[in-house]
Amino acid sequence: MDNIAGRKSGLSWAVNISVVALVLLWLFPTVGLLVSSFRTADQISASGWWKALFPSEQVVQLRTGGAEAATQEGDLWVVEGNLLKDSEEGPEPGAEITRFGVSSKAVDAFAVGETTTFAKDTKTFTMDAAGTYRFTSTKELKKRGQRVFITATLPPEFTLANYDQVLLSGNSNDSMTKAFLNTLTVTIPATIIPIVIAAFAAYALAWMEFPGRALLIAAIVGLLVVPLQLALIPLLKLHLNIGIGKGYLGVWLAHTGFGLPLAIYLLRNYMSGLPRDIIENAKVDGATDFQIFTKIILPLSFPALASFAIFQFLWTWNDLLVAKVFLIDSTGNTTVMTNQIVELLGTRGGNWEILATAAFVSISVPLLVFFAMQRYLVRGLLAGSVK
Amino acid sequence: MSPALLGLVTIVIGVGGCLGYFYFSNLFLDKVLFPASGPNAGRNINRANMIRPWLFLGPAILALGLYLGYPVFETLRLSLTDRTQDGAFVGLANYQQMFAEPKFWEAMRNNMLWLIVVPAASTAFGLLAAQLTDRIKWGSIAKSLIFMPMAISFVGASVIFKLVYDARPAGNEQIGILNAVWMQFDGGFGSLLFLKVAPVLILAVFAALVAYIGWLLLRPIVSGGDNILVKALRAISGLISLWIALVALRNILDVIGMDFPYGQPQSWLTVPFYNNFFLMVVLIWIQTGFAMVILSAALRGIPEETVEAAIVDGANPFQIFFKIKVPQIMPTIVVVWTTITLVVLKVFDIVFAMTNGQWETQVLANYMYDKLFRANDWGVGSASAIIIMLLVSPILIWNVVQARKEMR
Repeated sequence: MDNIAGRKSGLSWAVNISVVALVLLWLFPTVGLLVSSFRTADQISASGWWKALFPSEQVVQLRTGGAEAATQEGDLWVVEGNLLKDSEEGPEPGAEITRFGVSSKAVDAFAVGETTTFAKDTKTFTMDAAGTYRFTSTKELKKRGQRVFITATLPPEFTLANYDQVLLSGNSNDSMTKAFLNTLTVTIPATIIPIVIAAFAAYALAWMEFPGRALLIAAIVGLLVVPLQLALIPLLKLHLNIGIGKGYLGVWLAHTGFGLPLAIYLLRNYMSGLPRDIIENAKVDGATDFQIFTKIILPLSFPALASFAIFQFLWTWNDLLVAKVFLIDSTGNTTVMTNQIVELLGTRGGNWEILATAAFVSISVPLLVFFAMQRYLVRGLLAGSVK
Repeated sequence: MSPALLGLVTIVIGVGGCLGYFYFSNLFLDKVLFPASGPNAGRNINRANMIRPWLFLGPAILALGLYLGYPVFETLRLSLTDRTQDGAFVGLANYQQMFAEPKFWEAMRNNMLWLIVVPAASTAFGLLAAQLTDRIKWGSIAKSLIFMPMAISFVGASVIFKLVYDARPAGNEQIGILNAVWMQFDGGFGSLLFLKVAPVLILAVFAALVAYIGWLLLRPIVSGGDNILVKALRAISGLISLWIALVALRNILDVIGMDFPYGQPQSWLTVPFYNNFFLMVVLIWIQTGFAMVILSAALRGIPEETVEAAIVDGANPFQIFFKIKVPQIMPTIVVVWTTITLVVLKVFDIVFAMTNGQWETQVLANYMYDKLFRANDWGVGSASAIIIMLLVSPILIWNVVQARKEMR
């Protein structure tokens, strides 16, 4: 907009840099969790996750081949081989070795390519960056090989073991599989049922004339902001009294009740914006209200329906309070993911690899929905609050 | 029956039942009760049309009444009774008991802090992000990344930020980013710049901004013209702004005089008072995207002529933003502010998952949950729920009044 008067804003680069900084600041925490979920417990506690993305330097102790690997060349016993390929421990072949040493007092005394003479000039050792070495001795070698310390640059290393543990192991403490399915069981009916009920009510409020309509709309606007904390005890008492108790039915009903005001409000606003002509023409042609609703209004209202469906899905998927009050009983068989994570925070507060993976499993589905349906979400937000 | 199957059956019964109910009740109305044929066809059609809205609204009214209407009154009643005495009426005893608890006042104080800081910070960041991203090519990508935390649950966000705040004993490698940054400060020049000068500047700017807003609010009182109610509201909110500005100024002195424990890893969530702000960061992080999306749409709705006119008159970008754009989107800012206020009043998951109200971080919603399900004291629990309702009701009334205005 600043270009309108033919002036190029000198602030352009500053704007770009600020946005980059803002985006990085907002992304950083989530990326930290994502990276941590791909690291082992040792890696997580050894270094910050931001270091995992870069090659790291590490000092490792390895051994050369022993007496059985030695060959005799004149009066020298010689062992040749590759430290990285021959030993099972230590870095994978491909790591780049920068320095080495043969004494624990000076683990990085020599650069690769140099030759060291030690043990009263009876032994020599040399190696290159890939780990190929040559070790000579004037005396017969012992069974165990020579101790060598290498300083190697390791490429970043990631593992899927945490996801294996959290999703597939079946370990009752860590497993998120059951909680995942439970969450899904809560979410889908709790998203679909309020939409159906709200759509009919919204149609009546938008296109039917009857006394008390304005009052009802005002009441729904009022109910939009009633905190659900107020509803917890009375409804729990009610559920216990009429025999629903704690369980899926209760949580579906509760989510339906709590989601309805927003659903009706959003859908009514959208439907009342549809062109009057279509509906009146259909009436003239003899369509009943039920037919108008199912054949004309519902298909036309798809964007609003999608918006609310996303809201309700995110809200029920991410909910903790309603599930804790209306669903989860003392057996814990019906635990949902948010609750499982809170429990993990208590029992495995230091095990970041499990926590990070569990949390990421739970937020991955909403994130997918978010990025796939962002358009509808934004539209719904705009319709729901700017009025 | 497995829960998944049960869920499927419920969807079928629920959706099918709803559709069936609407279809058959309409059919019954049109064909049996008031058939649109025979001698009374005209009268029957009118009668059917009088009843039909209530058929459409029936399930919704029932659900709303049972799940939101009835609980308001039932909670009010429960807050006046005592569960241990078989629900006997005890008047305001629960409220008295609650007001006597220091934990309740701690929750109130923290909630007020949340109410001031979170909506203000989220709206400010949102406005900043909206204004900046609207001017660059890759703005929509940046927006969607800043908006992303909206999809993350409060519990997930709590885990994310617990990792950020993680502390290891001194000498170990820090794995929480905040402590890793903190350990870089050693009391030298950099520390002076970032921990003394920068906070003092931020606080000073904040104080100046709030004082300016207070002045804008108070100035029209002298000139007159408004009615007495508007004047009173202006006076109250103006004085509150001035008071906040004063508090900010006093904090500048605190910051200057503060001795920082350099080199000591901090467990941020256990530092009393300041830990509240570390919890608020989580909600600000989530809500900024919401504010940004709404405000960005509002900014784009500003008529270009006003901006062009300002440019022609030689206004610089800051003047355009603060004097032309912000006043025009003020109604939207108010909507965003109130919406976030509502979220803040109900904030529960974040505190529950991160500190559970320990170390002086209690908030009302978590206090209520404690009373209800740990102490099993339904009286005091209901009383605190009513307090939340009271805090919400000004917004409720305002919304209803606005909605009625629009209807006309």
